[in-house]
Amino acid sequence: MSAQVDTHAHEDDHGHHPKETFITKYIFCQDHKMIAKQYLITGLIMGVIGVLMSLLMRMQIAWPTEPNVIFELLLGKWAPGGVMDADIYLALVTIHGTIMVFFVLTAGLSGTFSNLLIPLQIGARDMASGFLNMVSYWLFFLSSVIMVCSFFVEAGPAAAGWTIYPPLSALPMAQGGSGMGMTLWLISMAIFIASSLLGSLNYIVTVLNLRTKGMSMTRLPLTIWTFFITAVIGVVSFPVLLSAALMLIMDRSLGTSFFLSDIFIQGEVLHYQGGSPVLFEHLFWFLGHPEVYIVILPAMGLVSEVLATNSRKPIFGYRAMIASILAIAFLSTIVWGHHMFISGMNPFLGSVFTFTTLLIAIPSAVKAFNWITTLWKGNLQMNTAMLFSIGFVSTFISGGLTGIILGDSALDINVHDTYFVVAHFHLVMGISALYGLFAGVYHWFPKMFGRMLNKNLGYIHFWVTAVCAYGVFFPMHFIGMAGLPRRYYTNSNFPLFDDTTNVQILITIFALVGGAFQLVFLWNFFYSIFYGKKAEQNPWKSNTLEWTTPVEHMHGNWPGQIPHVHRWSYDYSKPGHDEDFVPQNIPLKEGEEESHH
Amino acid sequence: MTGLLTILILLGITIAIWQMVKIFDLAQVNKDTSQVANDGDNKVQGYLMLAFLGFIYGITIVSFALWGDLPLTSNSASEHGPEIDRLMVISMTVIFIVQTITQFLLHYFAFKYKGEKGRKALFYADNDKLEFIWTIIPVIVLAGLIMYGLFTWTDIMNVDEDDDPLVIELYAQQFNWKARYAGQDNVLGKANVRLINLDNANILGLDEADPNAQDDIITTELHLPVGQPVLFKMRSQDVLHSAYMPHFRAQMNCVPGMITQFAFTPTVTTEEMRLNPDIYEKVKNINKIRVNKSKKLQAKGEEPLDSYEFDYLLLCNKICGKSHYNMQMKIIVESEEDYMAWLQEQKLFKNSLVQN
Repeated sequence: MSAQVDTHAHEDDHGHHPKETFITKYIFCQDHKMIAKQYLITGLIMGVIGVLMSLLMRMQIAWPTEPNVIFELLLGKWAPGGVMDADIYLALVTIHGTIMVFFVLTAGLSGTFSNLLIPLQIGARDMASGFLNMVSYWLFFLSSVIMVCSFFVEAGPAAAGWTIYPPLSALPMAQGGSGMGMTLWLISMAIFIASSLLGSLNYIVTVLNLRTKGMSMTRLPLTIWTFFITAVIGVVSFPVLLSAALMLIMDRSLGTSFFLSDIFIQGEVLHYQGGSPVLFEHLFWFLGHPEVYIVILPAMGLVSEVLATNSRKPIFGYRAMIASILAIAFLSTIVWGHHMFISGMNPFLGSVFTFTTLLIAIPSAVKAFNWITTLWKGNLQMNTAMLFSIGFVSTFISGGLTGIILGDSALDINVHDTYFVVAHFHLVMGISALYGLFAGVYHWFPKMFGRMLNKNLGYIHFWVTAVCAYGVFFPMHFIGMAGLPRRYYTNSNFPLFDDTTNVQILITIFALVGGAFQLVFLWNFFYSIFYGKKAEQNPWKSNTLEWTTPVEHMHGNWPGQIPHVHRWSYDYSKPGHDEDFVPQNIPLKEGEEESHH
Repeated sequence: MTGLLTILILLGITIAIWQMVKIFDLAQVNKDTSQVANDGDNKVQGYLMLAFLGFIYGITIVSFALWGDLPLTSNSASEHGPEIDRLMVISMTVIFIVQTITQFLLHYFAFKYKGEKGRKALFYADNDKLEFIWTIIPVIVLAGLIMYGLFTWTDIMNVDEDDDPLVIELYAQQFNWKARYAGQDNVLGKANVRLINLDNANILGLDEADPNAQDDIITTELHLPVGQPVLFKMRSQDVLHSAYMPHFRAQMNCVPGMITQFAFTPTVTTEEMRLNPDIYEKVKNINKIRVNKSKKLQAKGEEPLDSYEFDYLLLCNKICGKSHYNMQMKIIVESEEDYMAWLQEQKLFKNSLVQN
């Protein structure tokens, strides 16, 4: 099925657009490239906030209850005399998780690159609906503002963990953060989900309907495949979280009992009867687990593209890559119960979820092997994006492997909710997805801003980040296996864990150094937007269509006709061609066969 | 003060980097100013990739050397514990092997095939046989792990009522634990939080009319007789909690509105565990750390820390509010006689009620 836009009006760019004002160009803009930049910069700002929170937590864990000027400076009344309050620690845990998972790695990553690359790489003038796209961004912006504002309410922001399990999240008397803070959290997330759904529907429609002539589904770059499937997963699972959030709002405000039953708190019996917190867990993780694939799939797509381009080789096993994306997407919707092995659900369900969960390791392994083989006998161009892509494969393997332990219900009994889990998911979806984001930014910065990022700063940024990421999360497995629970404000009430103190301090030092060196990236990013070296049209000698557009952005992307596509996007170093790349819009030579058919 | 210092240092680092890059740039004025990697970059980064492989192996070795004694993979104190430990060690070994090989291939290839001008990469898009092999190998390995895991899981979770287990309720509330023993009849009396009456000290909401409830015993320490199967019934009165007993490889959430359960047989008494060479060493090490910490505290004019003695613990492992980090209960595993003697001293429920 090769969808085409045959109408002449769309194929040609007429060149007379209504006059742009500052507002239509930079603020309420409907052009996908500008919206991508808006997503990226908002995501980066949220990222700075999220990372800063994690550093505050790390300092608290390493040096518990010691007065710290930074706490006093940043947390104000929540750190009287510079000693962090236990409530705000849990709030930091909660908001850090929420911001990183949703605002940085969902919106910041998928939002940025889906918007930038879908129209450019499939050969479309813009998204199917520019207006919905704009609305999607502004809803995201609104939800970000509300989430950040929740830090300034009287009783503190939501503090029940990013999973907001009721009853803790439902009862203001259970925790200060479950009052106004939780209300704002729920409102913010509801708006976020609306934004995400609008975006996802747009991506799906665009990929299915607006591909240029010749761009069949099996000629699409893997980036587009991952964005497309990510959008499908989002459409399937986000509405379930929305319904859970609405039910929770009703429990909180309208007296329903979806998730609550038999509660006695602070000297009184509450009226709730017949609900179950386990139901909430099911609904939450029905999104929550696919969510990690919503985060990681786009990163995988970006990394596949960067690896192939910089190895000057086709991605190995293109069809297997697509098959594994589809397999992961399907399996991701039937594994949510592995977060709930010991939630009190029937142990038989635990067996089923163990089975489906460990199955996911198979397509993941195929992907990892294919990436490694892509490097084999390549001619590797060590650009910063390439380094982050190799780093991605490394952390994805290191973090993914421990999933074999956590996905096994019998083993999960003893490591559930310990630091082992923290180490696992930070490596496999936190750090990996961040690497994917960085790889994307370094690779497509010239496309976004028409200028190059400084490569030496990029190298410094990568290597310090890579060392610190392992420095933080590798030792963390050990304290987790020692039985140390996560989300403890301090471990000093358990002499049993005193021998983990030094590890905690070491981890914190790595975290602080790693965090500080992100400033190098921020500097490079904002400096280069204005003063970076001017970019060539196709600096990385890449095959995909976005590099056939002019460096200066324009509405409609191509000045004349949209290029037609004659081959897949991975004809790197193809025998019979002088250059080591053949862009997709170059017709096949006489007698040349298309590579992957 | 430390905060200000940190900020100053960060500022210093930033300026240093800025200057370094300026120097880099100036040095390259006449050469290649493009920001695309050249052969020189490829070479340097390729070697760094190799060095990074060394770093990954290094941090693995250092971690095992320094903290290899931390993981709970031996000295479990329950009957099913060794099963979990064995599965854990097998899984870790598999992971370790895969990790070592794949990280080597990844970083070695990154070094070996670093780009050179004029060289052309191998056009190699597909190999069905190869892909089949690395699909089928994980399938086989995982099939083994899944089977082993499922048998272990079923074994642990299936409670054998014929064993006549001792029934004990674990009761969670913000932020402490209580245990309720079923008494002579080994049947827990009916209970619901709606029956809680703080005025007559019916704190767990037992049905005062239920004959089974009369001989129940509520305690704040968990005593278990060694070698006897115990069936825990978990309840929570307010929010989710999780009853985590790491030394017994046991954990189950406590959910308001429902009763959850977990069963195990403790096999090592607290006294025996304290004499276990590994635990003995661990405690000695911890006390050394505590003495050092105490010195610092005393220098500041604060109270020194108590000396630590090993005890089994029940921890809360599900975020439950402000004092989540300090929700614990001591577990004591002892001989049948000691256990009975202790139980005799405890008040029966019917006698614990306050008459108004």
